[in-house]
Amino acid sequence: MSVTERVRPAPAVVNGPRITDEHGRRVRVWELVLRYALLLAVLALTVGPFVWQLSTSLKGPTEDIYSSPPTFLPEHPTVHNYERVADTIPVWDYALNSLKVATANVVTNCVGAALAGYALARLRYRGRRAATLAFILAMLVPVEGIIIAQFTTMRELGLNNTLVGVVLPGCIGAMNVLLMRNAFLNLPYEIEEAAYVDGANVWQRFLRIAVPSVKGTLAVVAIFAFMGAWDDFLWPLIVLSDPSQFTLTIGLNYLHGTFANDERLVAAGTVIAVAPLIVLFACLQRYFFRGVGEGAVKG
Amino acid sequence: MSSSTVSRARGGNGVRDGNGLPGGGGVRGGSRVRRQLPTSPWLFAAPGLLIISAFILYPFVSTLVNAFTDRRTLIPGEFVGLANFRELLHDDMFWIGLRNSTLYVLGVVPALVILPLLLALLVQKNIPGIAFFRSAFYTPVVASIVVVGLIWVWLLDERGLVNSVLETIGVGRIGFLSDQWLLLLSAMAVTVWKGLGYYMIIYLAALANVPRELHEAAAVDGAGAVRRFLTVTVPAVRSTMVLVGALSSVAAFKVFSEVYLMAGPSGGPAGEDTTLVMLVQRTGTGLTGRVGYASAISVVVFVVTVALMLLVLRADRRDES
Repeated sequence: MSVTERVRPAPAVVNGPRITDEHGRRVRVWELVLRYALLLAVLALTVGPFVWQLSTSLKGPTEDIYSSPPTFLPEHPTVHNYERVADTIPVWDYALNSLKVATANVVTNCVGAALAGYALARLRYRGRRAATLAFILAMLVPVEGIIIAQFTTMRELGLNNTLVGVVLPGCIGAMNVLLMRNAFLNLPYEIEEAAYVDGANVWQRFLRIAVPSVKGTLAVVAIFAFMGAWDDFLWPLIVLSDPSQFTLTIGLNYLHGTFANDERLVAAGTVIAVAPLIVLFACLQRYFFRGVGEGAVKG
Repeated sequence: MSSSTVSRARGGNGVRDGNGLPGGGGVRGGSRVRRQLPTSPWLFAAPGLLIISAFILYPFVSTLVNAFTDRRTLIPGEFVGLANFRELLHDDMFWIGLRNSTLYVLGVVPALVILPLLLALLVQKNIPGIAFFRSAFYTPVVASIVVVGLIWVWLLDERGLVNSVLETIGVGRIGFLSDQWLLLLSAMAVTVWKGLGYYMIIYLAALANVPRELHEAAAVDGAGAVRRFLTVTVPAVRSTMVLVGALSSVAAFKVFSEVYLMAGPSGGPAGEDTTLVMLVQRTGTGLTGRVGYASAISVVVFVVTVALMLLVLRADRRDES
C-alpha cells in the first residue's frame, strides 16, 4: 500500500545511464522536461505557501511585507516575531498542552485498539459479533454531528475545559480498533496455537506473539493518533473555554482573532504549530502513506 | 481488479505485518485456543467498548433524542415533538447553512475526484527525485487545518501575496475574503488544496494495479494520451474514483474549519457564509446554547450524509450494470 513499494528496481542498464519509466521503457527527453516543469509548478503551489509563511515570520518590523511586487526573502531575517508570540500568548504552554493531548491520544489508542482488536480477531466469546458491529457503527457516526451531545456529556462528567475532556472522546478510535482487528486476522493462527500448546496464556500470546507481529499497523495508528490530536480544531474549540487550557490550534485561532492585523506574529505562530509535524512526517513518511491506504474510509 | 483496490483501501485486509508470514484468515482451525478464557475477552474489549459507548454511541442517540426537545445547556428541557424541525423550515440561517454546505459538495467533490488523479499520474513515473515530489505534495495534508486556514487568510489578504502578484501583473487587487461568494470559493479552493495529496496517495495505489498491457494495446491501436486516459485509466480506477467521491462528499458537507477561519466565527458578511456545522457549533455551545435546536440541525447533517453515501454508491452500481 505504501508508495515506496511501487518503486521497482530499475532494470539492468546496458548503454550507460538512462531514464526509464516504471515499466523499464525509455522516457523521451521533451516528455521528461515537461514532467519536471509540471512537478515544479505543483511544488510551488503546495509547498510555496508554507515557505511564504516562514518568510513572513522572519521579516523584521521595518521590512515591508505588503510590497508589490512581493519580496520573497527577508532582507534581515530575525526571530523577533517568535519572541513576540511568546510575549503575546503563552505559546509554549499551548504547545505543551498539545503535546500532552497528542501523547495521551497515542498511548490510549495504541493500547486500547490493540486490546480490543485482538479480542475481536482472536478470542471467541459470546457477543463478539455485537461488539464488532458496535465499533463499525461508531466508525460511521459523523463526529461533527454529535459534538453538542459530546459537549453536554463532558459537562455532566465535569470534564469540560480540561485536557482530559479533549482527549477522551477520541482516545480509542473505532477505526483504529478495526484496523488492529484486520492486522491480527492476517497473522497465521498456527503460531499462537503452538504457543498455547506450550502453555502460554492469553496475555502471553497477546504480548509476546501477536503484538510484536503487528508493529507496522501499530505505528500507523500511533502516527495518525498523534497527527489527529495535534491538528484537531473543532472539538477542542468547543470543549475548552479557559485560555490557560488551550491547545496550539485553539491558541492560534485566538491569536488570529485578536491580532489579525499583525501578520508577522500570526505567521510565527503557525510556523511553531506546523514545524513539529513536518519534522515527524519527514522522518516517518512510510507510515503516513501507508495510513492513507489503510484508513481511507476515515476520510 | 479495481474492486480489490477498494477493499484494500478500505479495510487494510491485504496488509501484512512485520514478519512477512503469509496471511491467512485467523478464523480457521485452532478451536482449542479459543475454548478457554471465560472472562479475559471482555477485559480486552472493555476499554474500547466503554469509550465508544460513552462518547460516540450515547451522544449519537442523545442527539437523536434531544432533537425533539427544547433542551438548553443549563436547562434539561422537555419533549416538544417536531417543533425544532418546524422552526428550521422558517429559519433563514438554516437555509443559508444548507445552501452553503451543499454548494461546498458541488464545488469541492469534482475537483477532488479529478485533480488528485491527474496528480497521481504525474508522480507515477519513477523518475529521479520523484519520491521528494510525492512527499512534498503531501505536506498540506499533514498540517493542521488551522495552520492551513491562516496561511491562506494571509495569502488571500487584501494586501497579501496573491493580490501583490495580481497587482504586479496588472489584474488589480481582488477582495477574496470580503465578498460572500469569493469567500466561499476561496474556502473551497483551500479544502481542495489540502486534500490533493491525500487522495493522490489513494489513486497511486489504484494506478499500480492497472495492467500496462491495456495501455500498450491502446497505444498500438493509435490512441493518444488523452484517449488512453479516458478509455484505459479512468475505467480501471473507476471504483477508486467512487470511493474518493464518497469520502470527499461526506467530508465536504460537514465543512467547518476552513470557512470558520477564513470567514470568521460569524460566517462572513451578514453570516452569509455560514455552513451547517458552523451553525450547529454556534447554536449549541455556550451557556445559553440551544442544545435541542442544534441537535435538530445535526439530524439534518446525519440524514444528508447518509443520503450522499447512498447516492454515490448507487451511481456506482448503475454505472457498473
